[in-house]
Amino acid sequence: MAVKKLKRGVALVGAGMTSFGTFPGLNTRDLFVQAFQEMKASVDKGFDPKDIEALVIGNYSSTMFEGQNFMGPYVADAVGLTPIPASRVECACASSGLALRQAIMTIGSGLADVVLVGGLEKESDLPIARVTDVLATASDSVYENPAGFTFPGLYALLATAYMHRYGATPETFMKIAIKNHENGVLNPKAQFGARIADIMASKQKAAAKRGKPVPQWGSELDFLKDDQANPAIAWPMRLFDCSPVSDGAVALLLVAEEIASSFTDKPLHIIGYGQGSDVPTYERESLTSIKAARVAAEQAYATAGVTPKDIKVCEVHDCFTIAELIAIEDLGFFKPGEGYKAIEEGLTSRLGPRPINSSGGLKSKGHPVGATGAGQVVEVFKQMRGEAGPRQVPGDLNLGLTHNLGGSGMAAIVHIFERRQ
Amino acid sequence: MSELPFNSTSYYHYLSEHKLMGCRSKTSGKFYLPPRPICTTAYSSDMEWEQVSGKGEIIAFTVITVAPTHMIEAGYSRDNPYCAAIVRLQEGPAISAQILGVDLSMPEEAIKIGTPVQATFIERGEGPAKRTYLAFEVVQ
Repeated sequence: MAVKKLKRGVALVGAGMTSFGTFPGLNTRDLFVQAFQEMKASVDKGFDPKDIEALVIGNYSSTMFEGQNFMGPYVADAVGLTPIPASRVECACASSGLALRQAIMTIGSGLADVVLVGGLEKESDLPIARVTDVLATASDSVYENPAGFTFPGLYALLATAYMHRYGATPETFMKIAIKNHENGVLNPKAQFGARIADIMASKQKAAAKRGKPVPQWGSELDFLKDDQANPAIAWPMRLFDCSPVSDGAVALLLVAEEIASSFTDKPLHIIGYGQGSDVPTYERESLTSIKAARVAAEQAYATAGVTPKDIKVCEVHDCFTIAELIAIEDLGFFKPGEGYKAIEEGLTSRLGPRPINSSGGLKSKGHPVGATGAGQVVEVFKQMRGEAGPRQVPGDLNLGLTHNLGGSGMAAIVHIFERRQ
Repeated sequence: MSELPFNSTSYYHYLSEHKLMGCRSKTSGKFYLPPRPICTTAYSSDMEWEQVSGKGEIIAFTVITVAPTHMIEAGYSRDNPYCAAIVRLQEGPAISAQILGVDLSMPEEAIKIGTPVQATFIERGEGPAKRTYLAFEVVQ
């Protein structure tokens, strides 16, 4: 099929986010105001918020998490943007990836020149069992949930299928967690900005303080193999294979390419864009790859006119460690069945040849569902502009990519960003 | 007897009679389990019900220790986990279900992809809340 492209270019000129974590006493609107203020400060040449012509937010379920549906206009009001068009889109964990895509299309169509993108979620007001149930409303309520599936369970299916087909072991997944925690240490916005070794030390200290026997582990891997320290959630996915329950908000400012220079001299041009969908897990031809992501990636590479090897920095959707392994294959960085070897060899570490999730990923940075896709874009924005501080990926990062999944992989959204100067 | 509509309500109605039922498109010959009201290849609605053997094999699985509310209500917990899987039926389609009769203490050694299984049915709940769930047992 011929590649269909936007009628005009779109650029990212500002990006801001709250820390991801748990924030009692702050609702999604409060969090979004913080993200908006940081985004505003990130626009190099400044801008007047009254120039924003439309707002698109991604929000998975304030409906169930906070008892507030219809978030679009409430968010517009919170930052003083009424009466502009204010829309909320929902695509499970890809909600703000989709909000970004809708904003791109709004500008690409010519209906607006300046669009604000939001991503927001407030999960921690509910007890954990209720949070699990709210998240489970994105899996198949008719055929998956009655079988007892949870989200960790659905991704565990992909893990057992991958292990069986290619010979990976749970150790591979643990190495992804260790790597993403290493990266998260350097990210002040991360919810769990601690190395696995730091977590081990704090557990030993806590045991000693309580006068209990101090647990001993020979290495980070030993700790992660300990059923007490790292219990199974849905085997082979253990606690440290799962992203956390998080609150957070993100704001991005998109403008038509031809006016980008009045906002900044370092815009990121959004040159690649793709979105795919797929059937529930039980209907899939393959469980070792996510077809929606392959489709989205193909479109993104085709629209951008670049190949996987051109990408310098990349955030992938590691809601569970297995998802990162499958992502690096679906994005074409490694051949099917070879991603786990790349992880074993450390190729995906921040200073390796194929850095993945320099932010710490969903695993360490946090996963406020509706804010996640836009949050990935904040990292790429900082990295490509050389503003990532101690976690800066070395090199001339002229091309970056974000990979955002919805649910069990029934939706995927990929974007490619280019810095030209 | 008038035919049940080709949808999930009918699928679960048949499950309550301990029948695992799919439907076949008369136009395309394609077999659907779970059933669908239309053939998504031919876009026709001339379906007919077909019962399957219930024989299949595990193609992916997990052992769930942190259970959702409805499974906790059914008695499952960290101390009493359960195996959930996708089973590829002999007739072609695959379906999600609980697997019974497997050793859950050492999943890596005890549960294998490719294991042959046979459909069985679980009743949960009382009175109007009573519902039948699909499960599979390992064929010994």
